[in-house]
Amino acid sequence: MTPLQRKFASAALIVGVFAFWELVCLIFGISDLVLPRPSQILSTFIEYAPAIWPHAWQTLYTTMVGFVFGVAIGLALGVLIGSSKLAFDTAYPLLVGISSIPKVAVVPIFVLWFGAGTVPAILTAMIICIFPIVVNVATGIATVEPELEDVMKAMKASKRDILWNVGLPRSMPYFFASLKVAITLAFVGSVIAETVASNKGIGNMMMIASSMFNVPMVFAGLLVLSVLGVALYAIFSLIERRVAGWAMRKGS
Amino acid sequence: MTPLVHFDEVCVEYDAGREKTLALQPTTLEVAKGDFIALVGPSGCGKSTILKLASELLAPTAGHIFFAGRELGAEPVRVGMAFQSASLLPWLSIRDNVMLPLKIVPPFREHYRAKRKGEYRDRVDALLAQVGLLDFADKNPWQLSGGMQQRANLCRALVHDPDLLLLDEPFGALDQFTREELWSTLQDLWMARGSTVLLVTHDLREAAFLANRICVMSARPGRIIEDRQVTTPRPRQISQTFRPEFVSIVEQLRELIVHAPAAPQIPEAAQ
Repeated sequence: MTPLQRKFASAALIVGVFAFWELVCLIFGISDLVLPRPSQILSTFIEYAPAIWPHAWQTLYTTMVGFVFGVAIGLALGVLIGSSKLAFDTAYPLLVGISSIPKVAVVPIFVLWFGAGTVPAILTAMIICIFPIVVNVATGIATVEPELEDVMKAMKASKRDILWNVGLPRSMPYFFASLKVAITLAFVGSVIAETVASNKGIGNMMMIASSMFNVPMVFAGLLVLSVLGVALYAIFSLIERRVAGWAMRKGS
Repeated sequence: MTPLVHFDEVCVEYDAGREKTLALQPTTLEVAKGDFIALVGPSGCGKSTILKLASELLAPTAGHIFFAGRELGAEPVRVGMAFQSASLLPWLSIRDNVMLPLKIVPPFREHYRAKRKGEYRDRVDALLAQVGLLDFADKNPWQLSGGMQQRANLCRALVHDPDLLLLDEPFGALDQFTREELWSTLQDLWMARGSTVLLVTHDLREAAFLANRICVMSARPGRIIEDRQVTTPRPRQISQTFRPEFVSIVEQLRELIVHAPAAPQIPEAAQ
């Protein structure tokens, strides 16, 4: 298949899934209290767009702030852990331990500390996206080929020289791969926090809508989240291609 | 005349848990400035260990290494190193890959910012032209064949005019024709620059074609069991390697390695 055909095929699949959904609901007469049709979701979305907008903005804001802090901390920790075997071996079990805690469980603690609202959402988004970044950056730096390291050391390169010229550039593809995972996870984090303790945001909106049995509205929330998620994913893919395109062996 | 590098009764032990393995028996080797020495021997005999010692990647367990009459480590020795895998950096162009040592090794690094677009670039390009890679200077490594990558690797090892060029089976992964081409390239580079070269190889033809001296090592724990001069005049031609006198050198080397006397074990040395 040519690239164009391939793009067409994936677009056709997406449209097909929604058409199938619409048809199944119509044929079996499924109530919109259980599963609203895509067309109902879309019309609800358009109808309530002015009301949805502030919530979407809030979610985007908390997610992005959390994500930026998460990336900064994750990158710093990843470099630290990746550039020393001792740090890697020492800190890894702790990291795995922390990361295996379900992040939903820490939201109440954040609420206890900072009160309901924006701060817990930001913190949850941040903490949920740190781990994949740390692991990927650390792996990228720690797995420099031993021969390359010998070549560098034979030139009397310092640890900093090696990190700067080899380790960091080398870990960029890993870093961007983790960014794409992290940005979607950050949405999960902020929406969870909004669901539990907030009076604003898509998560909160969906909670209220479901308590009023406004199921099309709940799905409209999902639609907003997936559009935001896809948009950010696409942005980072674009940056990735610019910065770490060499890893994909394209262009010159 | 003091030799450029002098290994004086150097021996190396590796700590593997409780047991200590002797990798290199007390070895003495003198390398004259501008010489081309090939180290051959069965695998695991400590050939690469000698390169690691010379590049200060490894410290000897006992004995001393002198560089130009002074103990190694007293002052920085400029070393260039190349391995079997070209290990070029895929995010840099070939030119920038070759320029890497100029960014790291003093005294070049102090002027890197000022000269990378002028003097250093010309220096790199001249070297690339010498090995026939100038047209590929702006390409990325993966766009080049294995042989071309290895040429770039040689350039990277040479660009900072190292006192000592250490090559660890640099052509081991290449096909026969490419390998022979690169032998000639390396010979040309060596003759033009007068570098001092230590070459580790499994290929006895390669050793006999390239080197002035061939040191044959015994199986682990290694020691030098034969030190032979190759007096064939330069520049040598690949076709010469099929002549009887050349073939007989290779045959003798092979005999030496295959029938190398089992190394006497000296467990006391492990203490």
